[in-house]
Amino acid sequence: MSTTDGEVTKPGLGAQLGGHLRENGMVLALLVIVLFFTILIRAMQGVDFLSAQNITNLFLQNSYVIIMALGMLLVIVSGHIDLSVGSVAAFTGAVSAFLTVKLGWPVFAVIPATLLMGGLIGAAQGYWIAYWKIPSFIVTLAGMLVFRGLTLWLLQGQNIGPFPREFQAMSTGFLPDFISEGKPNMTALVMVALAALAIVWSGLRGRRSDAAFGVEPEPAGLFWGRHAIVVGALMFVGWKLAQFRGLPNVLIVMSVLIVIYAFFTEQTTTGRRIYALGGNEKAARLSGIKTDRLVFGTFVNMGVLAALAGMIVTARLNSATPKAGTGFELDVIAAVFIGGASMSGGSGKIIGVVVGALIMGVMNNGMSIMGIGIDYQQVIKGLVLLAAVIFDVYNRNKQG
Amino acid sequence: MAAILEMRGIGKSFPGVRALDQVNLSVEPGEIHAICGENGAGKSTLMKVLSGVYPHGSYDGEIVYDDQTAAFRTIRDSEARGIIIIHQELALVPQLSVAENMFLGNEVASGGIIDWKRTWKRTRELLAKVGLSEAPTTPVGKLGVGKQQLIEIAKALAKDVRLLILDEPTAALQENDSAKLLDLMLELKAQGVTQIIISHKLNEIRRVADRVTVIRDGSTVSTLTRDEITEDRIIRDMVGRDMAHRYPDRTPQIGEVLMSVRNWTVWHPEQPRKIIDDVSFDVRRGEILGIAGLMGSGRTELAMSLFGRSHGRNIEGTASIAGAPADLSTVSRAIEAGLAYVTEDRKELGLILEEPIQRNISLANLAGIASGGVLSAGRERRVAEDYRRDLRIRTPGVNQRVMNLSGGNQQKVVLAKWLFTDPKVLILDEPTRGIDVGAKFEIYTLMNQLVAQGHGVVMISSEMPELLGMCDRIHVMNEGRFVGELSRDEASLERIMALILQSEGKAA
Repeated sequence: MSTTDGEVTKPGLGAQLGGHLRENGMVLALLVIVLFFTILIRAMQGVDFLSAQNITNLFLQNSYVIIMALGMLLVIVSGHIDLSVGSVAAFTGAVSAFLTVKLGWPVFAVIPATLLMGGLIGAAQGYWIAYWKIPSFIVTLAGMLVFRGLTLWLLQGQNIGPFPREFQAMSTGFLPDFISEGKPNMTALVMVALAALAIVWSGLRGRRSDAAFGVEPEPAGLFWGRHAIVVGALMFVGWKLAQFRGLPNVLIVMSVLIVIYAFFTEQTTTGRRIYALGGNEKAARLSGIKTDRLVFGTFVNMGVLAALAGMIVTARLNSATPKAGTGFELDVIAAVFIGGASMSGGSGKIIGVVVGALIMGVMNNGMSIMGIGIDYQQVIKGLVLLAAVIFDVYNRNKQG
Repeated sequence: MAAILEMRGIGKSFPGVRALDQVNLSVEPGEIHAICGENGAGKSTLMKVLSGVYPHGSYDGEIVYDDQTAAFRTIRDSEARGIIIIHQELALVPQLSVAENMFLGNEVASGGIIDWKRTWKRTRELLAKVGLSEAPTTPVGKLGVGKQQLIEIAKALAKDVRLLILDEPTAALQENDSAKLLDLMLELKAQGVTQIIISHKLNEIRRVADRVTVIRDGSTVSTLTRDEITEDRIIRDMVGRDMAHRYPDRTPQIGEVLMSVRNWTVWHPEQPRKIIDDVSFDVRRGEILGIAGLMGSGRTELAMSLFGRSHGRNIEGTASIAGAPADLSTVSRAIEAGLAYVTEDRKELGLILEEPIQRNISLANLAGIASGGVLSAGRERRVAEDYRRDLRIRTPGVNQRVMNLSGGNQQKVVLAKWLFTDPKVLILDEPTRGIDVGAKFEIYTLMNQLVAQGHGVVMISSEMPELLGMCDRIHVMNEGRFVGELSRDEASLERIMALILQSEGKAA
């Protein structure tokens, strides 16, 4: 026992703000990285990093990482890992191509069938992990090989494509402008403004409930400063997108999923139980939580999201290729850890994961524009991942 | 005769706890010296001081061994002088062979290359000394616990032992294995090996010990010679007599039967033997029912098997709560039926240390703070604040992580979690383990409040005085069976120990 019962352990202000600091720190890091590339690329090449087209590209290139990272967060929070997502995305993408191109199925049938396929794959892996207690590392390592092999088999080593327009629209389509014609795209602007308002509103609501229950609220200056930055960034992105072709369909799908998963993890009993399971599985089980079923569920969910990502990637390339999705699992897992999830499970937030994935994505994109070789890119990305996690561990140790 | 070992005025502190204070121990060459005391009295700490687990300088007092002041800094130092300790949990590697275990860290080798022929030859000689004839290449995991214990002793002999310390050597053994081990101790004594035995089993102590030193609350109470060794005397010295005012007063108001369990039988999760054998009991409204027993008697296993079959297999028997048959087949059903179980290990099994108080309190009843599966942060905080006030959980706020709380406050969080499930009967397993005296009193007071509100409480504890001070009725448990029931007036430490000893080894 470090303290006696008489006295009360009071952590310092720093520790109390620790959670906020980390999230703010990540958003700040993202902004700094964006600024860094903007200045550098302008200076070196005279190109605008934040051009409408490049911002659009950023989302198109990274949507699948973010979508899979949502599911990966749940897997990692529950104390597991999924190494198979890249192969599963490739395989499900190949299945969707096979159904569409070879069998001529319509899009509205291909999408649910492919998602179902992903769910079944997740179930097949989750079954061994949840009910047989086979380590997820091993099961999904096996899955990584199996589904890569099945992809090669299904595609016979060749590409399948091209796709009908409706299928491509999933990835490369844009939301049409209902309100006006020409530039700027008013629908995009209105939707982004609504999203910004929603963020401020939910922030204020949280603040009110903090005040109502006597929780020390975040200082008003910090709160408004943070929201000003977030809303500013959002409106800037919206304005830029509106100058180009409007909101990409993928961005909308991704945003809706982010909101759903944020709500699920923070506001629902099932979400809470996943965190409890990752925090202390034995205590969770002795509190009446069906831990096996939850683990199984997180893998099924991961499979479905991998299938969605697989279709998006396939649609973007306009063909299913045997090598699609190679190395995705590493990007996705890196995004989750940069976003602040703990390797041992039990902690991590959706918003952190999204920021983590964007940091990786911006760095990929920026370094490519600058013409940095793939060799250095890998080194730099690896060091960023390591630095983010060291920062996390250091912070946690300091808080004791 | 000059003593081979003199420990004088030994004291040892841990943060917040004075584990040993003024312990004196004198062991003569060639004797078997027993050390007795309740759980937590400081026996194991004393042996760790002696063997160098706690290095010289981290404790007070003086150790004289073989007429020299001993200043051991590691276990290797003490082993080099022939002091070898065999712990309660065996330190054998199950996958390795008998011979490999025997010379682990002490290999028969030259230049780092093991001489297997000599290893096996010496292993066979040593095994013969302890009465075993196993092949040196047999994996240790294939042998029973009794034989493993003998191999530990053979391993000690391999190191030219002069002072052999056995910490509860028979705790996990069946009767005939225990007898063999005690015979071996007497044989080693005849060969001149001095031995110290720590044991709860007073009949065994009487059989082998030449002298007994009794420790209570970290101090030596007495050293008894062979003619003075009687069970009554040892128990009296172990327990002491200053028990007034450690427990809050309560006038029991006992009502109808709240929970009854009939013919509860549980099998070991891996081995083909019963760990709970035909246990039946009732808990009444407003009653604190105690379950007394030594470590390994099956108390926790009973509670865990009742609570959603969280331990053991082939569970048979029936349970009813508030007059209706209770379905206890899963934890959530047991909670539904009105049962709550506060585990003995709050950090491992009770709490999510990284999470804040409010989230720990709501964990077992998330439905209570949600509607349609959506949590209400407001309701969660209100619930946590209510319990913080009612149970006087001392914290700057309910959003504090529980890892920052003291043991007593952590225990209150666990209690709050279970109270929020609105249980009819609470099973409290070692509810005051590892918390200080003031917090203990608060937990006792809370227990009294719970029964006054009409709950039934089952209290499991290794601390007999606590059971005697708190319980209306005590069931005595040994080797998986209930071996006696004592009312508050009948109950005494002597009678509990007597019931345990009388039942020893009678299991089928």
